[in-house]
Amino acid sequence: MHHALPPGTPAPDFTLHATPDQRISLSEFRGNPVVLAFYPADFSPVCGDQMALYNELHSEFQRHHAELLGISVDGAWCHTAFKEARRLHLTLLSDFEPKGEVARRYGVYRSEDGTSERALFVIDGEGIIRWSYVSPVGVNPGADGILEALEALQTPAAKGGAGQ
Amino acid sequence: MSNQRLAPAVSDQDHVLGDDSTLVTLIEYGDFECPFCGAAYPVLKRVQERLSNRLRFVFRHFPIAQSHPHAEHAAEAAESVAVQAGDGAFWIMHNLMFEHQSALDDASLARYAEKVGADGQEVLRDLRDERYQRAVRDSFMQGVRAGVNGTPTLFIDRIRYDGPRDEETLVAALELVAERAEKPTA
Repeated sequence: MHHALPPGTPAPDFTLHATPDQRISLSEFRGNPVVLAFYPADFSPVCGDQMALYNELHSEFQRHHAELLGISVDGAWCHTAFKEARRLHLTLLSDFEPKGEVARRYGVYRSEDGTSERALFVIDGEGIIRWSYVSPVGVNPGADGILEALEALQTPAAKGGAGQ
Repeated sequence: MSNQRLAPAVSDQDHVLGDDSTLVTLIEYGDFECPFCGAAYPVLKRVQERLSNRLRFVFRHFPIAQSHPHAEHAAEAAESVAVQAGDGAFWIMHNLMFEHQSALDDASLARYAEKVGADGQEVLRDLRDERYQRAVRDSFMQGVRAGVNGTPTLFIDRIRYDGPRDEETLVAALELVAERAEKPTA
């Protein structure tokens, strides 16, 4: 079975293509929360809904200064076509070469399918995973868990109680 | 985990068919331009007919505006109509929009509003002024927090229903809850 990296684990850094000619590293977002949304494939019906929902929530994520990054094993050109077809303004990363490498490092690669799990990670500004969730692959996990995790980051307890 | 969240309780902010004395409540989070909601519309109508006065039906806005360019205005127009001409007009507007999903531009919305007894010009003004944008967004965000992940999402008595959306399965699921409500365990 899969073991998604649990809360408290430093999030492995990575550099992936966001478009055919632009690469993005996780470490660029240090200082602000990041939501990693692994999903199996562009254009599959559930993913479409899931990404469309996150697209609508852009302003909510911004309120938390959080960046949402979608990740699948699809190539950058495929992501471009997917975003155009669905009018998405999200950053979608290509875990394409070596295929599924980042998903493997986060413990959410499905070698039986050659895709990733439908898995969510909320990473804090220090690069530590604070929340993770693996949804059944056919079920859209929605955004309630993500928003709750982002809110929890802002409470003092989540910062290790460093008051005053 | 997501499945355990409850949809907000039915309030006077809601558009409701049926009254408090019904045995079971079906809530739809929907988008007037979403083809899946369009497909669910006649099914939900027949389900309501079959459950009759045992069922209360609630529609809440959940426009996926980026994918469906007319969905946000359609939702806001429905709110404008409800305020102008009452909840009866809201429901006829709801039906008209689902029956004409390919014609939901502002001019068509104004025309439907006229048909249901509201002022089309006022609907257009309300759309321009974004008068009901907040209300629609509130409905959307409450849905997100309750675990709505796409459209349509259904709740039976505030609990998310993830089963098949065909008429027979839905009727059976609702009957079951209605029967339990009828014969409360001692």
